[in-house]
Amino acid sequence: MASPTLKPTTGDTLVLVGTVKGAFILSSADRKDWTLHGPYFPGESVYAIAYDERGGRTRTLAATRSFHWGSTIRLSDDYGATWSGPERQSVRFPEGSGLALVQVWQIKLGRADEPDVLYAGVEPSCLFESRDGGETWAAVEGILNHEHRPKWTPGGGGMCLHTIVPDPSNSQRMAIAMSTGGCYRTDDGGKTWRARNAGVRAEFLPNKYPEFGQCVHKVVHHPARPERLFLQNHWGLYRSDDWGDNWTDIANGVPSDFGFSMQVHPHDPDTVYIVPIKSDAFRITPDARLRVYRTRNAGASWHALTAGLPQQDAYETILRDALAADVNDPAGVYFGTRSGKVYGSADDGESWTELADALPSVVCVKSAVVGKAGGATA
Amino acid sequence: MSIAVVLPRALYPYARGSSTLTIDDRVSSVRDALSIVGQRWPAVLDRVMTERGEVREHVNIFVGEDSIRFGDGLATALEDGDTIMIVAAVSGG
Repeated sequence: MASPTLKPTTGDTLVLVGTVKGAFILSSADRKDWTLHGPYFPGESVYAIAYDERGGRTRTLAATRSFHWGSTIRLSDDYGATWSGPERQSVRFPEGSGLALVQVWQIKLGRADEPDVLYAGVEPSCLFESRDGGETWAAVEGILNHEHRPKWTPGGGGMCLHTIVPDPSNSQRMAIAMSTGGCYRTDDGGKTWRARNAGVRAEFLPNKYPEFGQCVHKVVHHPARPERLFLQNHWGLYRSDDWGDNWTDIANGVPSDFGFSMQVHPHDPDTVYIVPIKSDAFRITPDARLRVYRTRNAGASWHALTAGLPQQDAYETILRDALAADVNDPAGVYFGTRSGKVYGSADDGESWTELADALPSVVCVKSAVVGKAGGATA
Repeated sequence: MSIAVVLPRALYPYARGSSTLTIDDRVSSVRDALSIVGQRWPAVLDRVMTERGEVREHVNIFVGEDSIRFGDGLATALEDGDTIMIVAAVSGG
């Protein structure tokens, strides 16, 4: 059984791991020796997790889903020693909406100058906002009542809003992504949302380039260049330089442009990591080789990172939120697999070590450095 | 009138540690009884029913030994002295 007690000090790196049967936290002072803590919420799935140091907090947020008793977001201000509750389930669709929460897929910290604001993406697709550090949540009306809602349909994982990309310098602008539905952007603080999918392929529809309906798997950007978005699609790898108004294909040199996960480098807006998957029909790493691909030129070319990763008989799947980076320099990069392994790199992805090898199926990985850069979870 | 609502262990924390809730109000159906549960122990009802007022997919409710799924659902009638049992379905991963 993993150690239940976590008492990190400033500078320690945390890797927060959500699985289908609970959450775990890996901690390390040097990113060489790691200690596994947990399980938290044994038996419940944790598809979203975050760590928030804004406003003087040391708050971990976990989206838990009991197979029987529903979903909620729980909070801990002592690194998992205690969690909020029992209480009302905090993420609830309003009466009259006709909707009921299935699961929270994403917890995203708000902007640095709004330390009490957080966002959650949920299934069925909707965006929720908290203005009190995650204690209470309310549906964002512009998405809740969006005219496209009747035509959004579930992907393989459910009809989920899984990606939230706030503009750090413009409180009125934010991009979101859902499966299926695609990308949407607001420029008026969430009142209205426009589909932003021009150039993104929908392989599974008669019209391959519809206004919306794409199955976008993940969108990332770097805060220093917020208008440049990178998108991992259900078939397709894209970049936009104008906040999603236009997308161009950047699948240059990858073994497959299918995949789920995507992570931008914490210090370089042109460096992005992905883990390609063979196909939608056979969702494993191509050629049974576990390879992280990295671009350092915004997608003009991609190169495999393999040192320390198994290069034969590796039938692995890495899901949309299971790839993360810390804010150290050089950056740490981490990912988890559906087979319960967690790998980490302390050198920008050049070399990898196995941090855990027998967890339940990993569905999300996030990272934070205690007391550094606001503790922002990558 | 007295109706007992027997909880599964997982829900004890949401009922201040109680294993059984007692409803003394006049109720005529399971829906009525659960409405009282929602007023007095809202965290319990959150776990049993969705925002749409539906019993969660993997939760079973019995009146005596009969599942309401095979009766009249939430409209299943109650009589004084009945016991409602909330049970986690035999399911999971």
